[in-house]
Amino acid sequence: MTDYGTRHELPAYLREWQEKIEARARGYGLDFFPQVFEILSFDEMNEVAAYGGFPTRYPHWRWGMEYERLKKSGEYGLSRIYEMVINNNPSVAYLLEGNSLVDQKLVMCHVCGHNDFFKNNFTFKITDQDRRPPEGAEDMVVSRKDRVPTRKWIDTFANHAARVRKHMERHGVGAVEEFIDVCLALDNLIDPPNRMLEGRARPEEPDEPESIEVPKLKAKSYMDSFINPESYVAAQRKKLEEEAAKAKRFPERPTRDVLQFLIQHAPLERWERDVLEVIREEAYYFWPQAQTKIMNEGWASYWHSKIMTEYAADGNEIIDYADRNASVLSSGGGRQLNPYKLGVELYRYIEDRWNKGQFGKEWEDCDSMEERRHWDRRLGLGRKKIFEVRALYNDVTFIDEFLTPDFVMEHRLFTYAWSNRNDRFEIDSREFKAIKEKLLFKLTNFGNPFITVEDGNYENRSELYLRHEHQGVDLDLEKARETLRCLFRVWKRPAAIATLIDGRPTTLRYDGKAHAALPGHK
Amino acid sequence: MALNIDQDHARFRDIVKGRVRQNLRKYISHGELLGRQGKDTVSIPVPQIDIPQFRFGDKQSGGVGQGKGDQGDPVSGQEGEGEGEGSGKAGQQEGQHAVEVEVTLDDLALILGEELQLPRIEPRGQSRIMSDQDKYTGIRRTGPESLRHFKRTFREALKRQIASGTYNDARPVIVPVREDKRFKSWNTAIQPVANAVIVYMMDVSGSMGDEQKEIVRIESFWIDTWLRSQYKGLESVFIIHDAAAREVDRETFFRTRESGGTMISSAYKLCADILQKRYPADEWNIYPFHFSDGDNWSVDDTLQCINILKDRVLPAANMFCYGQVESPYGSGQFVKDLREHLGKDDRVVTSEIKDKDAIVDSIKTFLGKGR
Repeated sequence: MTDYGTRHELPAYLREWQEKIEARARGYGLDFFPQVFEILSFDEMNEVAAYGGFPTRYPHWRWGMEYERLKKSGEYGLSRIYEMVINNNPSVAYLLEGNSLVDQKLVMCHVCGHNDFFKNNFTFKITDQDRRPPEGAEDMVVSRKDRVPTRKWIDTFANHAARVRKHMERHGVGAVEEFIDVCLALDNLIDPPNRMLEGRARPEEPDEPESIEVPKLKAKSYMDSFINPESYVAAQRKKLEEEAAKAKRFPERPTRDVLQFLIQHAPLERWERDVLEVIREEAYYFWPQAQTKIMNEGWASYWHSKIMTEYAADGNEIIDYADRNASVLSSGGGRQLNPYKLGVELYRYIEDRWNKGQFGKEWEDCDSMEERRHWDRRLGLGRKKIFEVRALYNDVTFIDEFLTPDFVMEHRLFTYAWSNRNDRFEIDSREFKAIKEKLLFKLTNFGNPFITVEDGNYENRSELYLRHEHQGVDLDLEKARETLRCLFRVWKRPAAIATLIDGRPTTLRYDGKAHAALPGHK
Repeated sequence: MALNIDQDHARFRDIVKGRVRQNLRKYISHGELLGRQGKDTVSIPVPQIDIPQFRFGDKQSGGVGQGKGDQGDPVSGQEGEGEGEGSGKAGQQEGQHAVEVEVTLDDLALILGEELQLPRIEPRGQSRIMSDQDKYTGIRRTGPESLRHFKRTFREALKRQIASGTYNDARPVIVPVREDKRFKSWNTAIQPVANAVIVYMMDVSGSMGDEQKEIVRIESFWIDTWLRSQYKGLESVFIIHDAAAREVDRETFFRTRESGGTMISSAYKLCADILQKRYPADEWNIYPFHFSDGDNWSVDDTLQCINILKDRVLPAANMFCYGQVESPYGSGQFVKDLREHLGKDDRVVTSEIKDKDAIVDSIKTFLGKGR
């Protein structure tokens, strides 16, 4: 960390509150890394926010773009950042200078929730930097009880910045930045589930068992060495082996970690490879946050409400608190679902159900509405259940398991779709099934299409061949074309992607000069 | 302290710069902007560059929302799909879409000034008049209930109750009576202001088509915006003319379509009369703008125009601007005559506006002198 830690220390009265709030949070069972709060001015806040929460990032224009947007919307009073926290050990969070005490308290409570989530939710294990076991050690993922993981991401990101700066000094800002743009076009092509397993000992793969049998001419045993001379057989075997090697696919099986494939196999300069590694590393860092947006924000909101209303807010602050809370959780009637709102309501819903014992076979089998309405077994398991949920679920499984028809009805969810006739988005359905399906689809792979590298030597012309696993929604064609252009820049040979367009199998291809849409797949 | 982000931000601006300029032209040339003008604000897009990725096409996918409504109802908070220019240019690296930010007209004027490098206008020294401004800073004992000052009233009542011994610590109820009531009231402040008047004159003869009027409309909007940012009190006068001139209101000015001949002198004469009567030159900054297709009725009339300008309008005005829009019918002779006779006078600015794209340059010509 740079001098941020010292320059932006909390004043004493806020530090006092920090200690009080943290003690209270621990009392509820929240478990977080040590927390460092820093206080930033409006400009600094926008800067850090533009950098995704980090004090130092590699130079790139898009931080500037973000900065301008944040600053403008702040200045015009459209939106303001209240809270920012980074998944790091120790956790670092920022408070905005000049906010009222009630705001600062609210943020501290909220941050405790986030940090508990970062530390305990399973998806974030991917950001443990000591996850990969030393040679010969057993599986770390399993044996990690009570282990305090290393997450020095602020340092790591600063190192990334230093690496990229070094390349910029040598090769020019323009060249490196242009290449970063290319990499960013590809940075959603990673494979987090697989990376989760990276630390795990792989099951032994069977060694190439089949030795190649050279076909021989039939001969009596005493004639064999004459009819099939040793030298001939050896030569034949070698030839067959070579052919087999050639026929071997490359990559051996399709991989979703396109970035890794490119790092390993694309004809890149050394600095380009290094930049690509930086981008990939950071993409993995941000992945869990994208994957648990609803759960994470819901969890933090749940705890800020709890701690503020039961403890931290003074009587005369409660109206201000309620006002802030309402604006954070408002769904605005717009077409976006507010993840804060959806998340916190789902946790409360789960807590209520488990408190009353509304789960299990008996509950599921109960058909009487009357009985269900008054169902209360007074089990009081709610708190325990939501802590379990926050550790073991991500947004997809969270919604899949706990979104029920009752909940959907109570919260007036709907699906919407584009209407060609009226040229606008319209409410499509209030059916539970449709809503859940749509929501899950949006969340799976964080709304990214599944794309794999199928062949790095397509048609034996070392062309790159990707496949889009079509799940009912077409790719944005314009963007796909532009992305192919970026792939070409990295791969230096024509790149193609197999997909469906309006239900027809189509291969989009870019050969460095022109785009083509060819019917059919390979 | 310089922030780290400044470098990144500067680079972003550089990337956009070439674009911003074109973009700005586009907004300016885009008549629609006026339509989406709120009370004091206009929404303008902030440039944003999207790095392409393999993504789903949006329309097919839809999503989940929350709130009331029946099937088929529109979903509010729609993205400005129509605004994004579906740039199909294959040679470009990034697509671009616009995020809209509501901007006040003052800011818009600032941006305009920055982009076109317009100088700030120096109001003419003698043109100062006083204006009265009312501010609610005072307190009175009488007034309407709607202006009652709650705190003061409460204090007075408290004072009275304590003084008269009717205040009870255990039950601190304060009941104001009529004498306790205090009301907000205004004080009048007198401030000097630099005032300005714009006189818009437009030729509405048969040869001015809808497209020509659209150009005039857009250009006057921007001129108005800019001058408004420079002067507190800005008044506008609208004059239309064919063979005869008359003063109209704003609506009529932009809507009217007449036919018939063109006598420009009639407009200038009316302009001069109005100025003389209502806007004495020592109190007002005066900006006459005239838009026409340049097809005047006769040479005699043109000469008369020039005389009126020389003798009556120019001495009073900060400057005189003539914009000539191109029309398929007009000869476009008038601008040449103006330049021939008054070209040396630097209070006279002429500009030819071929099409919508030329509006920006024309504004720059008009307002670039800082008068």
